[in-house]
Parts: sequence; structure tokens; C-alpha cells
Amino acid sequence: MTQTAEKAANSSAMHVSDEVAIEVRNMNKWYGDFHVLKDINLTVNRGERIVICGPSGSGKSTLIRCMNRLEEHQKGDIIVDGTELSSDLKNIDKIRSEVGMCFQHFNLFPHLTILENCTLAPIWVRKTPKKEAEETAMHFLEKVKIPEQANKYPGQLSGGQQQRVAIARSLCMKPRIMLFDEPTSALDPEMIAEVLDTMIELAEEGMTMLCVTHEMGFARKVANRVIFMDAGQIVEQNEPEEFFNNPQSERTQLFLSQILGH
Amino acid sequence: MKPEPYVRREMLAPQPAPLGETGILRWMKANLFSGPVNSVISIAAGLFVLYVLYRLLPWAIQPSWNATSLSQCQDDPNITGACWGVIHDRFNQLMFAFYPHELQWRPLLAFGLMFVAIAPVLFDKVPRFLLAFTAMFPLLAIWLLWGGSAWPELMVLAGFFIGYAVHKALVGPAGELTAIILGVLATLLWWIFGVSPVAEMLQGVVPLDITPVESSKFGGLMLSITIGLAGIAFSFPLGIILALGRQSDMFIIKTLSVGYIEFIRGVPLITLLFVASVLLNYFLPRGTNFDLILRVVIMVTLFAAAYMAEVIRGGLAALPKGQYEAADALGLDYWKAMRLIIMPQALKISIPGIVGTFIGLFKDTTLVSIIGLLDPIGLANSIRGTTDWNGIVWELYLFIALMFWVFTFSMSRYSMYLENKLKTTH
Repeated sequence: MTQTAEKAANSSAMHVSDEVAIEVRNMNKWYGDFHVLKDINLTVNRGERIVICGPSGSGKSTLIRCMNRLEEHQKGDIIVDGTELSSDLKNIDKIRSEVGMCFQHFNLFPHLTILENCTLAPIWVRKTPKKEAEETAMHFLEKVKIPEQANKYPGQLSGGQQQRVAIARSLCMKPRIMLFDEPTSALDPEMIAEVLDTMIELAEEGMTMLCVTHEMGFARKVANRVIFMDAGQIVEQNEPEEFFNNPQSERTQLFLSQILGH
Repeated sequence: MKPEPYVRREMLAPQPAPLGETGILRWMKANLFSGPVNSVISIAAGLFVLYVLYRLLPWAIQPSWNATSLSQCQDDPNITGACWGVIHDRFNQLMFAFYPHELQWRPLLAFGLMFVAIAPVLFDKVPRFLLAFTAMFPLLAIWLLWGGSAWPELMVLAGFFIGYAVHKALVGPAGELTAIILGVLATLLWWIFGVSPVAEMLQGVVPLDITPVESSKFGGLMLSITIGLAGIAFSFPLGIILALGRQSDMFIIKTLSVGYIEFIRGVPLITLLFVASVLLNYFLPRGTNFDLILRVVIMVTLFAAAYMAEVIRGGLAALPKGQYEAADALGLDYWKAMRLIIMPQALKISIPGIVGTFIGLFKDTTLVSIIGLLDPIGLANSIRGTTDWNGIVWELYLFIALMFWVFTFSMSRYSMYLENKLKTTH
């Protein structure tokens, strides 16, 4: 991943502003009786790249899925881009069109071509004219380096290509914030790099990003904050260097020794 | 032992398969004669088929086409098997029953136009503007079949425009939902109170009528196709709505859908048809005479829709949750997500079940013979009751079976074509 390392050298250009992009205050969530998220407090500034890690079942995916209301929270506030997430459908649709999301299993629409996957939301949600939407889509497909696949169907692409299409699809909505839910954990090792490269490029352009991932190399190079979660709580957060070299909590130390140990 | 080191310097190019391993010979070797047991079974099955044809063909191939009664066949020494004269003699009746002879061009024309109307639905290469014709076809077909004044049909059509105009006028000041509700309400009110007086008045001014034909003259294959096609066309959208209703988070909608589906599926179609023919009149206000064919179409539609809903629900359940989430995450609202993402995929998965329900519905139209409508089966009974054809069985029912088979087999082949076309992974 020498290319990755080179790009990361540019990371000094990545600027974090004082403007708040997402604010989570005393947020709690239950699945029935099970308390999944406990008193989450988190402020994300515009331009921040945050990596969230933690053992499975720690609530990290649930946390970012709450931020575009794929999951509902029961207590506390989440304010995204100045709009509060409540059961008001108008607010939810507004936030969802501003916040892009990439999933572990890509979730491309298999009955549409790559290009149609990318133009669907701009045309139907943003009311962009078809031609303009297609131009934007081709621009982002070029950016993720697969413009030649535009007329194929998702089932004909490799996992890495599909995930890059999924990123392009989100970008076509011109989101101000991107959420990544384990974007590389369903991929073969050969394909992880191509997806991470795309994400690094995004970070360099100043996109506000929240990534749930176990790619610690990515976290070190791109993130300006790493959050460690366990049992539904934020256990530790710090700059990547400090977080990896000098973890404070015992749980973090144990987790890091397990995933970096071999 | 030390492993032998090996490095491949050149990659291999693909080569064609060896001769004799492709084509018909390969197929026969693989499927008919792959071993001694299979070879014996293949030969035995082949002999059985030959034997059946040997007995059947001499019976079927008879110079009996012009016979006008069964006794004529029995008396003719040249005829030793099937008496096909019954089909020649009664062909027109089996197709149209008692529909007036000089007006039969109307159902034939409607039948021909039906293909124009369904073409844009079945094949996406057909120009899209024909869909407008598809939308108008039901009213056109009703006019052609039953005749009378064209004004009621035109006024029903006008109802859609009234609804659209009301929606358009109110969507600004009153908001989307209110505009939709009031638009639908305006259409319904127009249909119930406006259509018949206005149509009568316009008919007085500009007469637009053709000879009316009563429902009691309807019958034969024409009746089966009318009921079958109307049932298919209406049960499909109703089934989609019921399937979505059953999945809904809203308690009342969900309960109503589940209750409807479970009730209708739990009742035999024939009882619903009896309700249509006998009971419904008790509930309707005195004096209203609801057409029997219309009542049957409604019952068949309601019945098939419950099955359709369950078939489509199967397709919805088979979709990964990620598809719903991806649609949500892109900011699509419920109806857009359903229309653009969920339904196209769910319907594709359910094609075999949907077509199965259509085929079942079409064949079930023969049940109307029990409530006295003269579909081909009902006609067969009356033909067999005449002195000319008393005692004929096989020829008549074979022909009816063949007529139904032509339609159901076409549906089945279309479903296979569609499944193949919609395959996006290869």
C-alpha cells in the first residue's frame, strides 16, 4: 500500500473547521429490554475523519445507523447539519439526502445498471434533470476509477468494484457527511486497498467522515480521531498516534493487542 | 521430503472443447443413455409413447369433420373413432354462445385490440405511448362488448381528468395528501352521481350508440377471456396494495389487509360466486340491477387478489433488508422506494407465483358454469343435452381443454421469457 502511504502524506491539507456537523447528546437506544447504546455524547466537526472501532456487538454500527435514522434512538438528541432527528418524516428525508452511507454488503440495486444506481436518487429525490445526473454520475464513477463499467449490472462486478460504485452512488447526492459501516469487511484482501484508496481521496477533499472499520492502517493515516466503543459506550477517544501507542483503558489495550497481535 | 519448486512462466490460453462433447449427441449421451439402467428406462419410455400414439392417432384421425350429429358418425362405416363434427357444428357457439351473429365482429375486434393493449405491458421494446391506449382499453372493450351508448364510458374516463384537475388545483394551497384525498373523492362522487345523468343528457344531444347486447347473450370462450382478463388486470394492482398493507407498520391497515387475505383465502371460490349470483341482490338497494358478469368479475378479482398478495409478499420477504436500508439512506420516501427499488425486485422474484395465480384464475373461470353462465363447460353440458349430440364426451372436452391450454401455455412461456430477460447476473 505504498500509494496509500503517499496519499496520507498530503493529509496535512485536510482541514477541520470549528463548525459542528453532527452533535449527539446523551443518546440512548434500546432493542426491547436490551440497552444497546448508553449515554453517547459526541460532537463531529465539519471536515473531521473519525474512525469508530470496537468488538462486535459493542454498538458501533448501531451508533452510525442512528445518525441517518436507519435506527431509532429513544432518548437524547441527535442534530445533523443543524436539523434535529425526530420522528418528523420531513427532517428524516432531508437529513438522509445530505448524509451519504456505505454498507458492509454494498447494497447496490441489482436490477439497475451501475449508472442507473448512481442517477436514481439525484433524479427522484433532488429532481435533477436526467442528463445532468448522468454527467455527475460519470464524473464520480471516473473518480472511483470504474467509468467503463457504467452500463453493467452490479452482479457482474467484483466486490471491490461494487463498493466503489456504492461510494460513487452516495457522492452523486453531493452529501456533506459520509457514513461508512464496515465498508471493507466483506471484501477479499486484494480489494480492500482499492476501496481504502477511494476513501482516502475523499478524506483529502475535506469530506466529513465517520467510519466503522477495523482497518487500523487506515485509521492511523487518515483519521484525526479514533473512538473505541465497548458494551454500548464510548470507552476511549483520542488522536490516532496516542490511541494506538498509548491506550489508556484496559479494554482498549486488550482490543488492540487482539487485532494488532498477529 | 523436500517440495519440488515450481514456477509457471506462461499463462494458458483457453481452448475449444473436444469434438463429440457438444451438441445433440452429447445431450443424448448425457441424458438418455448415460448408463445401462437409464438406457433401459429411455427405451421403455420411448416405446410407451409410441404405443399411446399408435392407439390414439387412429381414433383421432377420422373423416368426421362435416358430421352434423353423433348418429351420423355412428352410421357412417368410414368413421370408426372420434366424431369431430361437433366442433365444426358448434364452433361459433363455443366461441360466442348466443352473441348475435352479425355483431360478432365486436368481440373479435376487442380481442384483437387486446393484443395491442397488452403489448406495451409485456414487451419494453413496444413504443411507450401505447400505454395510453392500454389505460383506455378496458372502457373501450366494455363498450364494444355490451354496446349501447358510449357516453357513460366517456364520462367514467372524464372522472379521471376531474380527479386530476382537482388534485392539480389543490396541491398548491392544501398540500399533497389533502389534494390526493379530495381528488379521489371528487372522482368517486362524479362516478356515483354525475356519470349517468350527464351521459344521458349528452346522449340526447349527440347520440353515440351501437346495438346493445345483454349479458345473458354472453358465453363461450369469449366469456372466459372477458372474466379472466378483467380478473387478471384488476387483481394484480389490488394484490400489490394488499401485500404492502400486510407489511405496513400502521396497525389498522395491517389488520385490515391480514383479515381480508385470510378470510378470502379461507373460502372456496364457488361460494363467492354463489354470493355474487344470489346473495348480493339482497344487500343492494331495491331496483338496482347489478350485471351478473360484473358481479362475477368482482368476486374473481377479490379472490385472486388475496392469493396475489401472498405471492408478492413472498417476493418482498425474499429481498435482503439492505435494499430497504439503501433506499432509505439515499433519502427516497416510502412510495418512491417501493416503486423504484423494492417492487421491481420483489415482482421479479414472484414471477412464477404471479403467473401461476393468473393461470389458476383463468382456469377457475370455468366455475361460472355452476351459477348458470354459459362458459365453454356450461355450453358443453347444453350441447350434450341436445338430441344431435347426446352422448358426445371426449371430442368436446378435448377441444375445450386445448383452447384453455393455448392461453395458459402462452402465459407460462411468457413468464419464462421474462425471467430470463430480467436476469442481471451472468
